Amino acid sequence: MTISMEKTVKGTAVAVRQPGFLHRGYERLGLLGTAAAAVLLLVALSAALAPMLAPYDPDFPDLLAALSGPTADHPLGTDALGRDILSRLMWGARITLAGPGLVILLSTVVGTVLALVASWCGGRVDTAISWVLDILFAVPGIVFALISVAIWGPSLLTVVAGLAVAYVPYVARVVRGAGLRERNLPYVSAAWLQGHSGAGITLTQILPNVQGIVIAQAISSLGFAVIDLAAVSFLGLGVQPPTADLGLMVKSGFDSVLRGHPAEAIAAGALIILIVWCVTVIGDRLTTTARSMR
Amino acid sequence: MSEALLALDDVRAVLHSRHQSQALLNGVSFSIAKGEALGLVGESGSGKSLTTRAITRMLDPAFEVSGSITFDGAPVLSMGPSELRSYRSRDIGMIFQDPRAHVNPVHTVGDFLTEELVRNRGLSRGEVEHRAVALLDEVGVRYPERRLTQYPHELSGGMLQRVMIASVLLAEPRLILADEPTTALDVTAQSDVMAILDEQRRARGLSLLFITHDLELAAACCDRLAVMYAGEIVEQGAHVYESPGHPYTIELLGARPSIDERLDRLPVLRYNREIHEQLKAEA
Repeated sequence: MTISMEKTVKGTAVAVRQPGFLHRGYERLGLLGTAAAAVLLLVALSAALAPMLAPYDPDFPDLLAALSGPTADHPLGTDALGRDILSRLMWGARITLAGPGLVILLSTVVGTVLALVASWCGGRVDTAISWVLDILFAVPGIVFALISVAIWGPSLLTVVAGLAVAYVPYVARVVRGAGLRERNLPYVSAAWLQGHSGAGITLTQILPNVQGIVIAQAISSLGFAVIDLAAVSFLGLGVQPPTADLGLMVKSGFDSVLRGHPAEAIAAGALIILIVWCVTVIGDRLTTTARSMR
Repeated sequence: MSEALLALDDVRAVLHSRHQSQALLNGVSFSIAKGEALGLVGESGSGKSLTTRAITRMLDPAFEVSGSITFDGAPVLSMGPSELRSYRSRDIGMIFQDPRAHVNPVHTVGDFLTEELVRNRGLSRGEVEHRAVALLDEVGVRYPERRLTQYPHELSGGMLQRVMIASVLLAEPRLILADEPTTALDVTAQSDVMAILDEQRRARGLSLLFITHDLELAAACCDRLAVMYAGEIVEQGAHVYESPGHPYTIELLGARPSIDERLDRLPVLRYNREIHEQLKAEA
């Protein structure tokens, strides 16, 4: 009897470990989420490989071919200065993906640390941290970017720094809630009795249990960060021309729209929407899975 | 009594809320000598678990605790943070009712057993793992090496409770607090786990505070019994089971159905708070 039981235990252990990384990803994301992930991966790859893949130098002005519309040479046409729109999209996506990525990375690290400290210490520390977070919540993200630009001048990094502060409370609020739930579970008091330190419990016991929620929240916020960063660029306060950036392209394309050449604004706008849609779908799926696993 | 390892004297825990305060532990006094096992029995809500929480200082800060708890001469209630941490982790080992809730699901059994010792006591991982494997084998866990790499969900409740016992023994405490260690297990696993706990405790000469609903089980594996009711110890001694003196204990023992006779109605406890207060007033 013991032997047959051992076999079953062994059997399930093997069956549990068999599904690979891709299969587990599919289970978590579902069909739509997997499709979104694939599209996002494609966009990210072509952005990353832009120096090799882009058909033209994104900054080379071919004034004779300005506002040409889609042709065999320029599949998406050219802008008012005769620059190839497809090449500029590929280069622009680099900034549109990397900038918000940096925003979310920074705000997730800071937000998670704040949230775990708040939920573990409780009492006055928690009250103080929550109070600061509530104030940050009350201010729209763009305003932080504007303040940052006003102090350090317009550039990608200043906008990223400003937005990172704005996104801290979004991560922190969700993680703090999850942390509070975890810290009242019996395994935490058992670890406490075993002699683990408070910091040790927070890092090695609670953090692994909330990491799913942290990642889901980070990816959900990424979509908003893409839009905010594009908006700041559109206002002319972020990345400066002639650098290719999707928000900037919408802006410079805006003038051409009035002259009957909407290709640049539409292409850049559509790519922003596509990126945000993919990120939002993935974030949504991950949030649902993280909740159902708790 | 001079050899008492753990002594509680008139321990009270009062819960203050905005409008009223309620005493949930109402003058609990007992002591456990080195190598002795004390069985703490009583109905749900009588304050058994609260007593262990008071001993480990894990009571919610809303409780006001008074009286004295001494461990090997040291006053537990006035320990500072570092003293308290060393007391909790090195002097006391706690076994819980529901092992699955008390083991972190994201860590392997090996991590659960060894992490604290490696991190805080400066022992080498290899050495601790070696001892963990030997101990798992002793508490009846088969294939101990493989268990170290498994996650809690891969083990049955009985297995996990054995792992819990092994983790307590690994820390080499002097007193084991077992809060209904077998209540969440099925009957066969119960007797196995109890036998292992009893055997290991005796072999190492550890003291034990054993909390249970099961009077017979407590009588079988403990040197003395203490019966709790409404936050008080109503009776304690070595012969409580054979010759109960307090009316509550007598009723409790009388309420056990016997397998020899068929009864139309099972006996019901008539002892209640009113009678309890009356008796106290008379005494």
